[in-house]
Amino acid sequence: MSARSIVPFGPQHPVLPEPIHLDLVLEDETVIEAIPSIGFVHRGLEKLVEKKDFQDYVYVAERICGICSFIHGMGYCSAIESTMGIEVPRRAEYLRTIWGEMSRIHSHLLWLGLLADAFGFESLFMQSWKLREKILDMFEMTTGGRVIFSVNQIGGVKRDMDSDTLKLFIKIFDDMKKELTALTKAFLNDYSVNTRLKGVGILTKEKAHELGAVGPMMRSSGIEIDTRKLGYSAYNELDFQVITSPVGDSYARTEVRINEIFQSIEIIRQAAQKIPDTELSLVVKGFPSGEYFMRAEQPRGEAIYYVKGNGTKFLDRVRVRTPTFANLPSMLEVLKGCQLADVPTLILTIDPCISCTER
Amino acid sequence: MSFASKSPWLIHYDGSSCNGCDIEVLACLTPVYDVERFGVINTGNPKHADIFLITGGINKQNEEVVKQIYDQMPSPKVVVAVGACACNGGIFKECYNIMGGVDKVLPVDIYVSGCAARPEAIIDGVVKAVALLDEKSKSISQGR
Repeated sequence: MSARSIVPFGPQHPVLPEPIHLDLVLEDETVIEAIPSIGFVHRGLEKLVEKKDFQDYVYVAERICGICSFIHGMGYCSAIESTMGIEVPRRAEYLRTIWGEMSRIHSHLLWLGLLADAFGFESLFMQSWKLREKILDMFEMTTGGRVIFSVNQIGGVKRDMDSDTLKLFIKIFDDMKKELTALTKAFLNDYSVNTRLKGVGILTKEKAHELGAVGPMMRSSGIEIDTRKLGYSAYNELDFQVITSPVGDSYARTEVRINEIFQSIEIIRQAAQKIPDTELSLVVKGFPSGEYFMRAEQPRGEAIYYVKGNGTKFLDRVRVRTPTFANLPSMLEVLKGCQLADVPTLILTIDPCISCTER
Repeated sequence: MSFASKSPWLIHYDGSSCNGCDIEVLACLTPVYDVERFGVINTGNPKHADIFLITGGINKQNEEVVKQIYDQMPSPKVVVAVGACACNGGIFKECYNIMGGVDKVLPVDIYVSGCAARPEAIIDGVVKAVALLDEKSKSISQGR
């Protein structure tokens, strides 16, 4: 047995846009164990619920994470609406679905770019982010913001999309599909990309189940669970299949996410056709009391929002279980036995969002 | 400033931001905004960097990290605080784990406002930082 050495990884590291620290225990070039330490981004925003009233807290909930900000806002609002017994207008639910799916596309494109950057394919990184800018332009057109939108409110949404905008969006997506196909071909068929992804970091179905993986990480190991199938927002009226892959390696995780981009475009197309004409928001009276668990599918997996009201304008407790937190044990599992050079790619394949995890 | 006397390299560190400003910093580097046309490159090595971009507020855990990165950067150097949280704590100001803006631990030269800061604003901040970098290197070469 050769001597063991410990290589510190992070918190400031070129492939990490966010700080996480890992102590990698190495034997030659092979990782024996990865010991994480987190807490660099902890802000304590769940406690902030005691200082901001439940309507203002929507803005804080959106800032749990800037990448999945829309779904965080939506999850929190839906949880509060359920405790207050508010039936949100259907049009608002459809708009939430459309914006939510757009968030998923932008998040997955962002991830594809970061993955390409991690294995050193610079032009692929640039191409992914170029496509992503189109989604951000669409967000800016309809919400006014590029990453933080603040269109959710308790009882509905603040802004509308008229039928012309929806038609324009469908056209943009149709044009984008060609570019997306060209881009994703490079990820799925390129020889050098395949050598970095295929057979690397395998997470078996049993392990994924045991470690409680969520989202694309779990679906790429062959477990068919998608929280959207619970039918929150408008998903109960839309038709889509859960995308899975049986293999469980880095390539499968890339493939699942790429297919989800195309799936999201189809969901938006369906929603744009079915969207009913109702009002956007209800006037909310009274204060939340009681508690509720809301489950929503983030781009990274299932997130859980727990709220507990006490009949005043300040909530007792808000708790968010974010997908990256659930995926960290799986990440440590796939890191075991990998080569040091594969560590950045493997960390990225779980699509880590540290500011979600630590809040 | 008519032209920069050198191509400024920047290092980016996420203090405790929500990611919103981070992805906007990265968006500056990609085709639509493309700061590389000004010679700006995002480096991961503090020893190569001239400009330090920080997003997010400061907490006890990352205080040391931020100080260390700053100390490893060679002089002259410019610190740019990007986003409301880096300027003064922003929406998280009242959180128990946030000490405040970056200026609690480092001398900040340029403040870029916004939540999240827009790429145009970040580029503006970086261009201002380049001018300041020129000034600082001049005063160093004159021995002041």
